[in-house]
Amino acid sequence: MATKVHMEALSPTMEEGQIVRWLKAEGDPVRNGEILAEIETDKATMELVARGDGLLRAIILAAGGTAPVGEVIGIIAAEDEDISGMVSAGGGAPAASAAEGAEAPRGPAPHEAAGEPAAQQPGAATIEAASAPAEGGRVKASPLARRLAEEAGIDLSRLAGSGPGGRVVKKDVEEAKTTPAVIRPAAVPEAAAPSRPAPAPWTDAGAAEGHDEFPVSQMRKTIARRLTESLSPVPHFFLTVEVDMGRVLEARKSLNRLLEKDGDKISVNDFVLRATASALARHTECNAAWHDNVIRRYHHVHVGVAVAVEDGLITPVVKHADRKGLVQISREVREMAGRAREKRLKPEEYTGSTFSVSNLGMFGIREFTAIINPPEAGILAIGGVEEIPVAVDGEVVIRPRMRITMSCDHRVIDGAQGSRFLATLRGMLEEPAAILL
Amino acid sequence: MAAIRAAQLGMDVACVETDELGGVCLNIGCIPTKAMLTSALLVNEMKDAAKHGIQASEVTFDLGPAQERSRGVAEQMAKGIAFLFKKNKITHVQGYGRLKGKGKVEVASQDGSSTLYEARNVIIATGSRPRDLPVLKIDEERIWSSTGALMQKEAPESLFIVGAGAIGMEFADVYSAYGTKVTLVEALDRILPLEDAEVSKLMERTYKKRGIDIHAGARFQRAEIHDDGVLVTFTDKKDEEHQIKVDYVLSAVGRVPNSEDVGLESAGVETDERGFIKVDAHLATNIPGVYAIGDVAGRQLLAHKASHEGIVCVEHMAGVGHHTVDYGNVPNCTYCHPEVASVGLTEEQAKEQGYAIEVGKLPWVAIGRAVAAGHADGFVKIIRDKKYSEILGAHIVGPHATELIAEFVVGRHLESTVEEMELAMHPHPTLSEGVSEGALAALGRPIHI
Repeated sequence: MATKVHMEALSPTMEEGQIVRWLKAEGDPVRNGEILAEIETDKATMELVARGDGLLRAIILAAGGTAPVGEVIGIIAAEDEDISGMVSAGGGAPAASAAEGAEAPRGPAPHEAAGEPAAQQPGAATIEAASAPAEGGRVKASPLARRLAEEAGIDLSRLAGSGPGGRVVKKDVEEAKTTPAVIRPAAVPEAAAPSRPAPAPWTDAGAAEGHDEFPVSQMRKTIARRLTESLSPVPHFFLTVEVDMGRVLEARKSLNRLLEKDGDKISVNDFVLRATASALARHTECNAAWHDNVIRRYHHVHVGVAVAVEDGLITPVVKHADRKGLVQISREVREMAGRAREKRLKPEEYTGSTFSVSNLGMFGIREFTAIINPPEAGILAIGGVEEIPVAVDGEVVIRPRMRITMSCDHRVIDGAQGSRFLATLRGMLEEPAAILL
Repeated sequence: MAAIRAAQLGMDVACVETDELGGVCLNIGCIPTKAMLTSALLVNEMKDAAKHGIQASEVTFDLGPAQERSRGVAEQMAKGIAFLFKKNKITHVQGYGRLKGKGKVEVASQDGSSTLYEARNVIIATGSRPRDLPVLKIDEERIWSSTGALMQKEAPESLFIVGAGAIGMEFADVYSAYGTKVTLVEALDRILPLEDAEVSKLMERTYKKRGIDIHAGARFQRAEIHDDGVLVTFTDKKDEEHQIKVDYVLSAVGRVPNSEDVGLESAGVETDERGFIKVDAHLATNIPGVYAIGDVAGRQLLAHKASHEGIVCVEHMAGVGHHTVDYGNVPNCTYCHPEVASVGLTEEQAKEQGYAIEVGKLPWVAIGRAVAAGHADGFVKIIRDKKYSEILGAHIVGPHATELIAEFVVGRHLESTVEEMELAMHPHPTLSEGVSEGALAALGRPIHI
C-alpha cells in the first residue's frame, strides 16, 4: 500500500516548508520512522520522517522546492506497485489527502491491498488539511459546532473541519477538546488574503537602475506575516524609562570575578531578564494576553529573548525566569542563542513565552520600540548602557544610563499599569539586591 | 440504489432478484400500503363530507378498487426500476442467488439450471420477511402477514392485529376506514412503542375515538382457526383472559433477516445472534469483497436507511466519497392518520442519556393552516439540549407529519440549533409554521399558545 509523503507541519506556525535536502534518493528502501528529508520551516531546519515502509518511489518536490503543509512531496510504495496515478495527481488538494487520513482508514480498494493500510498520518495531516477558513476568512462551521467551540474556548479557525468543504462539525470540536493536536496553530490563514482586494503594488522606480534579488526565506516570511499581524490589530502604545545602571554594572563586575573559574559570564541583559521576570511576577496584569472574551493572566513567567540570527530573528524562551538564578538564565540564553543561530531550536524552545525582551544595546542603539509578539501583551526594547551627564541632587554627573521602552497592548495593559511595572523594574535594576526580595 | 450508483461509478453491475425488481418496499411494503392509506384517508374524509357541503347519499366504501389501485401503483414503480436498470446498463439476473465463496454467486433459475457469476465485490441485500410466531403461523389465508393484508379485495367484518408498530397501526387505519371492526393488541405497554410516550398516548386516544379496540401491555395467547373465522385468546394488562371471534388475524410482530439461505456459510460471513449480517461503517462484512446492506444488515429496518447504506457501500468500493451512514439521524414514519414521524431521541431517552433538556410542544390547533384544513389533531414536540440548544429529538403527530419531519432531519444533519429552526422564516399560512413555532416553544417563548 503506497504512502504519500506530505509536507508536514514541523513547527506550530509553519504553513509551508522548503526542502533543504533529501536524505534518500528515489528507489532507496525506507522504513517507517526513518528520516527522509530535511525541511526548512519558518523557524528551524527539521527532519521529516517516513510514515510507511517501502521504497521511496518518487520525489515530487526536489531539494530547494517549497510546498504548503499538507501537499504531497513524495511517494513511498512497494517496488512493483503502480503509483502512476498518485504521481500525476501530484499534490492533489490537501483537503482530499487529509480527508482520506481522517475518515477513510481503509484505502480505496481495501481488499486488494497486501498488508494493512499505512498508518494514519499523525497530527500533521489533520492539522492543516481542509482548513476551515477556506474562503475569504469565513469559518465554515455548523451552528452547533460554534456553540460547542465558544463554550470550550476553542478558536474555530484553527480546526480542520471534517464536513463537506472543510466545514467544522460537532465531532471536530469534540475531538479538539480531547486531542489538542488537531487544533491548528495560530496563524492568519494565507488563503484568506486573496479575497481581499490586493493593494496596488508600489512603483519601484529604483529597480530600473539595477538591483539584486534575495529569495525570501521561510523565516523572513513568518517574521513579515507575524509582525504585520501584530501591528495592525494590536493597539500598541509605548512607555520609556531611563534607568541608572551603576549598581548593576558593579554587581556584574564582582559576580563575574567569582564566576570566572567556571567560565560563566553574566551579561547586563541577564540582569534585565531576571529583573523583568521578577517584576512581571509582581505585576501579573502585564504578564497577560488578550483572548477576545477574556484576558489571560499567566501563573508562570516565561520570557522570550529576541536573538538575531542570520536571516532574521527568533525568540528562545527562558521558562520560569522569575525562579531562576542569574547564572542559570545566562547559561540558558547563551546555549539557546547558539543553537538558534544553527537553526537547531526545538519548537517547544521558542514557543510559550508570556512576555518578551529585545535588546539592541550592543549595536549602539540608545532607544527604540519593539513590536509585540502576539498573543503576549508586552515587550521591552532595551537600549545600550551609555555614560551620559545627568543631574543628581542639583549637580551634573556622568552616569551609566540605559533606556527601556515598553510596548503595551492597550487592550490588556493601561498606561498606569505599565508604568507601575516599569517603576518596579527600574527599582530592581537600580538596586539589584531588590531582585533577591 | 446501490446498483444504479455503482453503475454511475463505472462498475459492471448485475442484480440478482427472483421476484419483481424493487424489493419489499416497492412491491409489498411502503408503496402499495401508502396507496391504500391514501384511499383510507379519503374514505374518512367522505364520512365527514357534509361539513364541506358535500351531500352524498348512499355512499359505499369498497376495498376492492382501492386494493387494485395499490397493485397498479406497485407495478408502475417496478417498471420504473426496470427502466432505470436499462438506462444504467445493469443486468437483471432472474433467479435465486446464493453466495458461493468469496467473489462468487450461484444463481438458480426457475427452470432448474444454475449459473455461477463472479464479481470483485458482492453486496448482499436480501432484506427481511415478517416474523412468524410459533403460536401464530402465517398462512396468508386466515393469518396474514402485511403481504396478505395488502392482497384483500374485501374488507372483512372483523380483524385482529397483533403488534402495534408501524405495520399494525397502518393496517388498522386502512381496515377500520373500510368498515372492519379492528382489535389491536400490543405486548409492550403502549402502541407505537418506539415513539415518544406522548405520541403513543395521543394515537391511542384518536384510534379509540374511531372505534378501534386497543389493548396495550396485552399478551396474545393463541388462535384457533375455524371454517368461519379465528378464535383468538389474549390476556390484557390486568392479566384477564379475553376470547374473541374474528374473521382474520394480521401478524405484525416485527421482521427477521433473510440470511439463512443465501450462502453466507460458503464464504464464512458472520452474522449476529439474531441472524443479521455483521458489517462495519462501510457495510463491509468480515469477508473482503462481501458487503451487506439494508434489512439483512440489521439496525433500523427502513428503506431509506437501506438506500443510504447502498450508496455509502458502493462509493466506498469505488474509493469516492467518505461518508458513512448517520444511524442517529434516521427518521421514523408511520403513515396512519394522523401521521406520526420522528427523528432523534424521545424525551425519555434524552433524560436517560443525561441531557438537561427543554421540551417544546406545539399543538396543531395553534396553526391556522392546520385548522383551516380540518386536521388539527396532534402536535410538534421538540426536545432541546439546554446547554448547546442541539435538536435532540423531534416528534410530530398530525397532518403531513412524515413530510415535515424532513425539515428536522436536515436541521439535525446540518447541526442546526433550535434557534436556527425558528430564525429561518417559514411561509404563512402553512403547516411548516409548526416547525418554527415548535422551535419557539422549545425555547420557552411560543407566540401562538
